[in-house]
Amino acid sequence: MNSRYLPLLATIVIFILSYAACAAQYPNMLSTRVAGNLLTDNAFLGIAAVGMTFVIISGGIDLSIGSVIAFTGVFLAVILRNTAIHPLVAFAMVLVITTAFGGLMGAVIHYLKMPPFIVTLAGMFLARGMSYVLSIDSIPIEHEYYSTLTGIYYRLPGGGRLTLIGGIMLIVFAAGIFLAHRTRFGTNVYALGGGVQTAELMGVPVAKTTIQIYALSGFLAGLSGIVFSLYTSAGYSLAAVGVELDAIAAVVIGGTLLTGGAGFVAGTFIGLLIQGLIQTYITFDGTLSSWWTKILIGLLLFAFILMQKAILFLSSLNKRYA
Amino acid sequence: MSLDANTGIAEKTSGFGLGSMLRSPLALPLAGLIVVSILMGLASDNFFSVNNIMNVLRQVSVVGILAVGMTFVILTGGIDLSVGAVVAICGAVAAASIAGGHSAFFAVIAALAVGMLCGLWNGFLVAILGIQPIIATLVLMVAGRGIAQLITEGVIMTFNDPGLIFFGSGSFAYLPMPVVIWLLVGAIVILLVRRTALGMLVEAVGINRRASTLSGVRTPVLLMAVYMLSALCAAIAGIIVAADIKGADANNAGLWLELDAILAVVVGGNSLLGGRFSILGSLIGAMIIQAVNTGILLSGFPPEFNLIIKAIIILVILIIQSPALQSAAAFFSRKPAESAGMRVEQPK
Repeated sequence: MNSRYLPLLATIVIFILSYAACAAQYPNMLSTRVAGNLLTDNAFLGIAAVGMTFVIISGGIDLSIGSVIAFTGVFLAVILRNTAIHPLVAFAMVLVITTAFGGLMGAVIHYLKMPPFIVTLAGMFLARGMSYVLSIDSIPIEHEYYSTLTGIYYRLPGGGRLTLIGGIMLIVFAAGIFLAHRTRFGTNVYALGGGVQTAELMGVPVAKTTIQIYALSGFLAGLSGIVFSLYTSAGYSLAAVGVELDAIAAVVIGGTLLTGGAGFVAGTFIGLLIQGLIQTYITFDGTLSSWWTKILIGLLLFAFILMQKAILFLSSLNKRYA
Repeated sequence: MSLDANTGIAEKTSGFGLGSMLRSPLALPLAGLIVVSILMGLASDNFFSVNNIMNVLRQVSVVGILAVGMTFVILTGGIDLSVGAVVAICGAVAAASIAGGHSAFFAVIAALAVGMLCGLWNGFLVAILGIQPIIATLVLMVAGRGIAQLITEGVIMTFNDPGLIFFGSGSFAYLPMPVVIWLLVGAIVILLVRRTALGMLVEAVGINRRASTLSGVRTPVLLMAVYMLSALCAAIAGIIVAADIKGADANNAGLWLELDAILAVVVGGNSLLGGRFSILGSLIGAMIIQAVNTGILLSGFPPEFNLIIKAIIILVILIIQSPALQSAAAFFSRKPAESAGMRVEQPK
């Protein structure tokens, strides 16, 4: 048994156990309706978390995604209100902007040799500020095409609905898994996370890969913003505050090593589902306050970090006595 | 006009050349503060009124206190994301003690004690378990607001105890109480680290943790102390914030203050990579940020631009601080006689 699969395995076991415990108490939790809602409600977070997984595997961090989501929503709302541009064209425009924004942050991180933390913090302020400048009000989106898009769903057996945005999230996860494990880019990302100098000596194009990673994160944050605007049918510059923290939590709970170099996009999906499950359980229960979500996620985060440490420690022991 | 005199001085100091500026770490932030103040003074007539200066000082004190603790954390190469949450927790503890019928003195002591406990937790994760500071403090940042809400039972707890309110809106020697506390905290910490070996030891840990451990520095104890100091500063800030609004708001107290505090430290000329530090620099950094905040409001610019201007400030500072640019600056500004010595001092 390879020790790098352990965190992922633990995540899956925890998810199955907690889902079973929830289902034992509330049998309705097993229905496809709940499953469909779980996917729909967490779609925007999941898409952003895929980008965050790549960033964290490469040993970096991206704090700007919450602000980029808000910017995307406000941008779309303003464009659709003030011009006759078709939503699909607006989607393409905003994706170009957010991808370029992410790539720019990657370039600053690489060429100025500054910690990703502070560069993306500046990006966070910048994107939030841009959305404030566009509008400080919550703008409703009343385009017909939006209601067409939100009306699309696939009927699951048992009455549940897999909505368009839930489906987009699943596709993004599938694409992320392919990108991480079946392409040269994915290999380069893992190599970067293992150590920049080693990667450089092995011939990984560090500058290009760094810029690509943050551009990918920017692109997915933009896509997440589009999904979020479909989900809420509005653009608001104060929306999606702190999404980056939820995304980081999903990635870590999903078993990705925070030091970079190891992790799975699929794990992030399970991490996301665990977070969604906690929220669903609290909704079902009805007596627990929503702040228990935060405390439980904090505790889970702590438990997983501890487990990662233990695994690293054990594997170093193995190497020593091998 | 005193304003013009200020510009003259600022220009003269910068006229000495980049080399001498880089050697005095305070020169750059100070020049920044002067430039920002002049810009804001030009943009609005009221900026230099006594009222407004008091106002800026009053508002800067909370971020300023946080920045003192944050300076040390950043100095060790770490970062403390949890200070905003600790502000909320400690404010909630203070309010809950008052609501429980205790005295203001007890409330303050309880809040400070809980703050120390939070710091102990962060320090334990970083120093003993060896978790990266960003992630270790993220745990408390995520869970902290939940804990604060647990204490306040989900409502905004208000109180009317004059003793506790004094910390927020009282005044001492014509200075608002938060400013007095801020100056006091700054002075005590500066004395503590500059008059003892503590500052040097923490600097050593920040430059090379392994080397300092090998040369006998008790790194874990120092790291724990640093995170406890940061949380203690957050606790003091929490008491002030709660006292200022006469209530504890678990959701909004100290929201995003950690980012302002980090920004203040960086703007003050401290390197995020750890190693060299100046508490005065951080205090000046906090003042720059607050001057920008207030100046934008006063000048009639829409407040929406506030964040963009902050982002631009960070970017400019990043570029100035970036290793690539600094080596270029050192190359162009070196004097022939000094260059040999400087090369030896800065290996790599």
